[in-house]
Amino acid sequence: MDLKLAIELGVIGLTFFMLINASALLVLAERKIMGFMQQRYGPYLVGPHGALQPLADILKLLFKEELRPKGADKWLFTLAPILSVTAAFAAFATVPWGAETTLFGLLDTPIKLGVADVNVGLLVIFAITSMGVYGIVLAGWSSNSKYSLFGGLRASAQMISYELSYATSLAAVVLLAGSLSVREIVDSQQGTWLGFLSHWWIFVQPVGFIIYAIAGVAETNRAPFDFPEAEQELVAGYNTEYSSVRFALFPQAEYINMATMSAVASDLYLGGWHGLLPFYTPLDPLIEQYGLGWMVFLAKVSGFLFFYIWMRWTLPRYRYDQLMSFGWKFLLPVSVVNLILTAAGWLYFNA
Amino acid sequence: MPEMLVFYTFSAVAILASAFVIGQRNPMYSVLLLVLSFAAVAGLFIQLDAPFLALALMIVYAGAIMVLFLFVVMLLNAPQEDALTWDRAHPLRHPVVTRFGTVLAVFLIVELGYALMRGNDLAQPIGSRASGEVVSSVRELGRVLFTDYIFAFEATSILILVAMVGAVMLARREGEQS
Repeated sequence: MDLKLAIELGVIGLTFFMLINASALLVLAERKIMGFMQQRYGPYLVGPHGALQPLADILKLLFKEELRPKGADKWLFTLAPILSVTAAFAAFATVPWGAETTLFGLLDTPIKLGVADVNVGLLVIFAITSMGVYGIVLAGWSSNSKYSLFGGLRASAQMISYELSYATSLAAVVLLAGSLSVREIVDSQQGTWLGFLSHWWIFVQPVGFIIYAIAGVAETNRAPFDFPEAEQELVAGYNTEYSSVRFALFPQAEYINMATMSAVASDLYLGGWHGLLPFYTPLDPLIEQYGLGWMVFLAKVSGFLFFYIWMRWTLPRYRYDQLMSFGWKFLLPVSVVNLILTAAGWLYFNA
Repeated sequence: MPEMLVFYTFSAVAILASAFVIGQRNPMYSVLLLVLSFAAVAGLFIQLDAPFLALALMIVYAGAIMVLFLFVVMLLNAPQEDALTWDRAHPLRHPVVTRFGTVLAVFLIVELGYALMRGNDLAQPIGSRASGEVVSSVRELGRVLFTDYIFAFEATSILILVAMVGAVMLARREGEQS
């Protein structure tokens, strides 16, 4: 077989493998960080310092009995978790995670690290993440339970509302970079401003970045916006009636969505694999030279994910009407104004 | 050959799913089949080298509008349609209404036939018309929308605005101050 083709297939497989492990690692990270923030150890018994805890969790879930409520819709009840986890994996397809590399001269022509590079990549991410809401809504409806239905309804309303500001904040970056391809947007952030400040879009789009971060948390249904599964009000929300593997797929989809969200944030605002720190360091040329950009990218994604978990254990949950009025009356107008100002500024400076 | 296979698969899925949308008793399944039909049509758009159109279809229709449909179906808790009772007194089954519907259907078929007959400039995709090289379809679409079709574009936006204001007015209850 052709060596380049084999390596490209290997990259795709590696991306899939990393995503599966990202969900397991995030479970552990979440419990460890939660323990740390609450002044306790967190999981400690399975493996060294509790490192094998996700494995134990997954085995436990696998061996549980798989129940389906009597009044549940047979087909949709099974389809819902499959749909949400498929959408979560598929959304990562157009997220690049490293610069072009020849693998230390192994190949004649460089390959691109990432699954696919299409020229409307960012829209693919939008389209597929907006498909993810079907999994949650259908899970809520097909369970034939009040609490599940409420969870599903809240999820759909929340995701539709926040998708608007999320997309509008990203449109400003698309405008600046002049491309819808995620790889081209990352490569437009190469270099520095005034010789020391990294050429990241976060410095031009601070408001956009904050809107993206807030809307991203709401999109992935994480605290403080985790209304679809608010324990105090809805038992467990849309996944109340689920058990065993079917249940396990929902948190997995959630963690993978978090990883995608963080990866997109690093690619679009934090320079992706360009620039280790917000300012120029002597390490930057070395990283470019030796093709270690993917490590920089991984570090940025990890930082963002830590921020996600940190926020969950710090902020109390909003009230549902507050969430809706915040999304529609504050976040959306601000992101539209941000987009218009960006467009005006772009015209002014490039005229 | 593989392209033909993909084309026929997508077409078959789109047609069958659309047929089942109206052949389905459960409104929930109808909505989902319509989403499947949209997805298949998006696949056809990608084959036509129009990825932006495909993704706009997915984002706007499948991602937003159909979720709202689903929302409404769930909230209304619509029962399964009962086809056993044939209600002759239903206002939509009045002879005048049915005949009007038949005339409309004939018009639709004639229009479709006409559109298919004269569509001979479709051989070239819009992106490659100006020059031989492949142009980013988003850029080309934006240029065309804001130059050649600016009137239709603006008229549509005003129409949507009017519809939106109308919906807000209808949804607002009398005497409610907010």
